[in-house]
Amino acid sequence: MVRVYVSSVIDASADRVWARIRDFNGLPQWHPGIADSRIENGEAADRIGCIRHFHTRDGGMIRERLLALSDYDYSCTYSILESPMGVENYVSTLKLTPITDGGRTFAEWSAEFDCAEGRERELTETVGGGVFQGGLEALKRHFGGGRR
Amino acid sequence: MATLQKVVRSTVIDAPVERVWEVLRDFNSHDRWHDVVERSRIEGGERPDQVGCVRAFTLRDGNRIREQLLALSDEEHRSTYCIVEATVPLLRYVATLTLKRVTDGDRTFWHWESTFATPPGRERELSAMVARDVYEAGFENLRRHLLGGTGREAAPRGTWTSIASAAAVETREVRVSRYGEPEVLEPAVGTCPPPRDGELRIRQRAIGVNYLDVYLRRGWIPHMLPVPGIPGMEAAGSVLDAGPGVSGFLPRDRVAYLCAQPGAYASVRCVPADCVVRLPDAVDDETAAALLLKGATADYLLRDLGRVGRGTRLLVHAAAGGVGLVLCSWARHLGATVMGTVSSDEKARVAREHGCEHVVVTADYRFAEAVHRVCGGADVIVDGLGDAAADENFAALAPGGHWISLGQASGPLRPIDPNRLVEKSASFSRPAVFHYVSTAAMLRERAQRVWDALASGAVRVPPVGRYALDAAAQAHADLESRSTIGPLVLVA
Repeated sequence: MVRVYVSSVIDASADRVWARIRDFNGLPQWHPGIADSRIENGEAADRIGCIRHFHTRDGGMIRERLLALSDYDYSCTYSILESPMGVENYVSTLKLTPITDGGRTFAEWSAEFDCAEGRERELTETVGGGVFQGGLEALKRHFGGGRR
Repeated sequence: MATLQKVVRSTVIDAPVERVWEVLRDFNSHDRWHDVVERSRIEGGERPDQVGCVRAFTLRDGNRIREQLLALSDEEHRSTYCIVEATVPLLRYVATLTLKRVTDGDRTFWHWESTFATPPGRERELSAMVARDVYEAGFENLRRHLLGGTGREAAPRGTWTSIASAAAVETREVRVSRYGEPEVLEPAVGTCPPPRDGELRIRQRAIGVNYLDVYLRRGWIPHMLPVPGIPGMEAAGSVLDAGPGVSGFLPRDRVAYLCAQPGAYASVRCVPADCVVRLPDAVDDETAAALLLKGATADYLLRDLGRVGRGTRLLVHAAAGGVGLVLCSWARHLGATVMGTVSSDEKARVAREHGCEHVVVTADYRFAEAVHRVCGGADVIVDGLGDAAADENFAALAPGGHWISLGQASGPLRPIDPNRLVEKSASFSRPAVFHYVSTAAMLRERAQRVWDALASGAVRVPPVGRYALDAAAQAHADLESRSTIGPLVLVA
């Protein structure tokens, strides 16, 4: 089992950050690596069990199922059903926590998955350094704030 | 029954989670960092990490509180405790303190929350007291504690920024005001300005001497060291203070750095935080200064460039030098056949002790024949000799071999004719270490491999030659006379 954990500080309230990322069908609106997205079978994007079907900018197709969504905890959990990455049992959570000091947000994005032996490092880098950090960087840029 | 009050406060501390947890996991630490606590002791002589232990606080205002540790997790960086008895009316008070790593910047998110009941009508007053006087003040007090001194009274008041904008400090340094022989290295007294954006100011205790420093002193790479200037690429010591925008380092952190900008021959210096690595306890300052650049060099030579593994026939010149000894012992550990050249019998003995199986003692750069006799040619040559040994190196290469020119002690190499390489399908590299540690992540990864290799014994710690900083000229003269064995450091 590989575990990936990335966290950052975003210079906006958790309510504002959550409003930007809550939509399970909204990745293309805020994540620079995602080209398009749709929810399969016309379901609502906040219905637990719905499947988002999207393409990365480099053309890869990914299908993910929404496992949990909490407006109370600012948290979203999903699994990968289909992807070109070669991962199994992939479950990921994106979670926000308010930082009372300064009205900022602590954002955590983590995943657990299995993969072929020897690919752990490469996939940790792709998922953690690429997808997660890339997404958090985009949020930091969007909400302005300091140099980090 | 009264409704429970809930108080939540959180912040970000500009220090790695390990450093913050080190203080907070100690259930008996508050009188060392939190202003409201005058005295703390654990009852019954129990350990402060014993779940169930009770701490007795005497507060500055005379109140007394007894609190019991309910849960402690080093895995989650979490501590839960409750009040068992207090002279302040906090009833059924249970608090949890949790730390999480902010991977972006190696900082710490600190979440502190509690629930409690109060006498009727005092909810707001007591909630505000807990939030402000205990939690928010605690955040500030801990920041100050991490930054500052040993005790609260000695600790400087203020923020990171005000600390970082402290005055310039005096530094002893060794300058080159004109290029030339070792005696152009002149000790002087200078000042080190406060760290700028992204920089750390470091109190240096050991400075690594590299052959590159000799080239800089001779004026071979004037764009890298214009005169007047200060040579030196690496050192070890401790953080004095951090400039704006630096996270993950605190004053007194033990560190070493490797920086493409010369200037290390000094007792105090500012460097970009991106070229600084934290030192494990097991690696002392002199070992770190002696082996950061040389170890990182051995790492990229063996792993990336030479791809040295089981059965690789490796020829190391200056096998008893700083890089040479590390290369020999690490390559031997990887299963290579290690050959080396040295200039004296004494050096041959040390090189053998460090894993060099086949040592050629030669004063006139003749070794190709010996290499062919031992193993039929070298797959990889690490060459610091330069021009005088060029033909012998080419002769020593096996077909498909890789000649890596790391230095040119005997003089700059004449141009290599590409058509000559085809005779052996040979390849030629002229690497510089700084391209292999060009990001903070690359540097930290290589440094960690070096420290791990030292700890596991894969690399044997070589003998380190020590000189006072003021004696830098002597260190250079000895290095150039080929009389030294192992890496050299200047002690500041």
